Amino acid sequence: MVRSYVLLAWTWTRAATAYPVSFALMTVFGLVVAGMDLAVILIIFANTTSLGGFGREEVLFLYGTASLAFTLADLLFSNLDRVSQHIRAGSLDTVLIRPVSAWIQLATDRFFPARIGRVLQAAAVLWYAVAALELERLWMVPLMVVCGLVIFAALWTFAGALQFVLTDAPEVVNAFTYGSGAYVQHPLSIYGKELVRATTFVLPLAFVNWLPGLYVLGRRDPLGLPSWAGLLAPAAALILLALSGLAWRQGIRHYRSTGS
Amino acid sequence: MIELQGAGRSFKVKRQVVHAVQDLTFRVEPGEFVGYLGPNGAGKSTTIKMLCGILTPTSGRVRVAGLDPSRKRTTLARRIGVVFGQRTTLWWDLPLKDSFELIRLLYKVDRKLFASRLEEMVETLDLAEFLARPVRQLSLGQRMRGDLAAALLHGPDLLVLDEPTIGLDVVSKAGIRDFLQRTNAERGTTVLLTTHDLGDIERLCRRVMVIDHGRLGFDGTLEDLMAGQSSLEEVVTRLYTGSLQ
Ligand SMILES: Nc1ncnc2c1ncn2[C@@H]1O[C@H](COP(=O)(O)OP(=O)(O)O)[C@@H](O)[C@H]1O
Ligand SMILES: [Mg+2]
Repeated sequence: MVRSYVLLAWTWTRAATAYPVSFALMTVFGLVVAGMDLAVILIIFANTTSLGGFGREEVLFLYGTASLAFTLADLLFSNLDRVSQHIRAGSLDTVLIRPVSAWIQLATDRFFPARIGRVLQAAAVLWYAVAALELERLWMVPLMVVCGLVIFAALWTFAGALQFVLTDAPEVVNAFTYGSGAYVQHPLSIYGKELVRATTFVLPLAFVNWLPGLYVLGRRDPLGLPSWAGLLAPAAALILLALSGLAWRQGIRHYRSTGS
Repeated sequence: MIELQGAGRSFKVKRQVVHAVQDLTFRVEPGEFVGYLGPNGAGKSTTIKMLCGILTPTSGRVRVAGLDPSRKRTTLARRIGVVFGQRTTLWWDLPLKDSFELIRLLYKVDRKLFASRLEEMVETLDLAEFLARPVRQLSLGQRMRGDLAAALLHGPDLLVLDEPTIGLDVVSKAGIRDFLQRTNAERGTTVLLTTHDLGDIERLCRRVMVIDHGRLGFDGTLEDLMAGQSSLEEVVTRLYTGSLQ
C-alpha cells in the first residue's frame, strides 16, 4: 500500500516539477492563502486578548494542530474528491484494471507537491505555539496531529465514496471536507452548543483538535465533557476511518461505468 | 480461463431497468482466440467490464482464471491484460517508457524478465521512435501499440481487447493483427477480442461468439458461422438484423 502510494505520488511529482515556474508559483500562492487564515487570528488578537475564552498562544495552538492535520490530509488524500470527474471521463475504468487499490490510485492522482507550502506554514505556527506555551502533555501533540490526519482522510474517503452516487454534485461534497477543515481552525467554544455536540457525537470533528487540545492545555470543556474525553481521539478516528472504508467499498461495487 | 454461468448485468435508468447483458453462459479455454461480435449496444463492453471486475454482475456467476472478478479485482489484474480501443490505460502526461516503468513497479515484474519482454515489444510493435514521447502526443496508431505493449508487459495469461482496431488505418491494423496472432501462437495467451472489423475476425479468430440485445446468439467456429457462404459480412448483417435461425 505505502509502496504503491509512494511510487505513484513520485510519478506525479516528477510530472508536476516538469514545469518549475508554475510549480514555484503554486507553492508561494499556497503559502499566501494559508497566511490569510493566520492573519485573521492575529488581527483579532490585535484588538482583544481572548477568543472564546482562549488566549493568543492557545488559539494558535488549536489553529496549528488543526491546520497541520488538514493540510497534510489535503496533500495526501484530497485528490479522492475527483471521483465524479473520473466517472464522467471514463478514466475510472482504467484505474480499476490495475493491481493497486483504486483508493490509492485516486488519492495519488495528480499528486501536487506544491501543497507542501501550506503544511510548512501550519507546522511553523504549531512550533511557535508549542514553544510559547510550555505544555506538560507535550507527548500528546504528535498523536493529535495523526488522529486529525486520519479523521480528515476518512472525510475525503467519504467524499469520494459519495460521488459514486452523487456524480453530479461534487461541489456539495467538497464543501463538506473544506468546511470541516475551516470549522476546527478556531476554538469550538465560539460556536453554538448544538453544533459542537453534533460535531462531537455525530461527525467527530471535535476530536481533531478540540477535545484532545483541551486535554493538552489542561483546560475544562465548556460543554462539561470530562478531560479524558480527549484521549478518545484515536478511537474516534479509527472508527470513522473504518466506516469510510466500508462506504468506499460500497461505492466501488455500485460503480456503473459508462455506456460506450 | 473464462467461465460465465447465467451472467447478467442490468442498469436502472430513470426508473426503468435496462438489461445490458442477460443470461450469458459460455466457457473459454486456455489458448483460445475468440472473437466477440455484436452490433452497437449489444452488450460487448459490459461483458468485458464484468470480466475485469469493473462492473459487478447483477445476476449469475463470472469466473476468470478461477477468480470472482468483482471481489478479487486487484489479484486478477496481475493475470489479465486489458485494452480499451476508446481510451488509453496509459498515463497521459508521462513519456511512454515512464508509463512502462510504472507498470513494471506496480505489477512487481522482475527487472530482467521485464527488460527482455520490453525489448521484444519494442521490436515487434516498432515502439522505439516514440518511447520518449508523452502519451498525449502519440498518434492513435502509436498509442494503441503502446497500450498493447502495456497490457502484456506483466505477462498475463488472458488478453481482453475492446475494439482495439477502431479508427486505425490499414497498415496499423495489419501490424496489430500480426502482433495479436503471434502473441496467441507463441506465448499461448488466451485472447478475447471485440471488434466491428470483420477482417480482424477472419484473420484471427477460430471461434466466434455473437451477442445481440444482451443475449448470446451464436457460439461456434468461424466455419460454422459462415456455413458454406462466401461473405462474412452478409452472414453477420443477417445475424444482426435477426433473420438467421
Ligand atoms: N453505465 C451504464 N448505464 C446505463 N446503461 C448502460 C451503461 N452501460 C451500458 N449500458 C447500456 O447497455 C447496453 C450495452 O452496452 P455496451 O455493453 O456498451 O454495448 P456494446 O459495447 O456492445 O456496444 C446499451 O444499451 C447501453 O446503453
Ligand atoms: Mg462497446
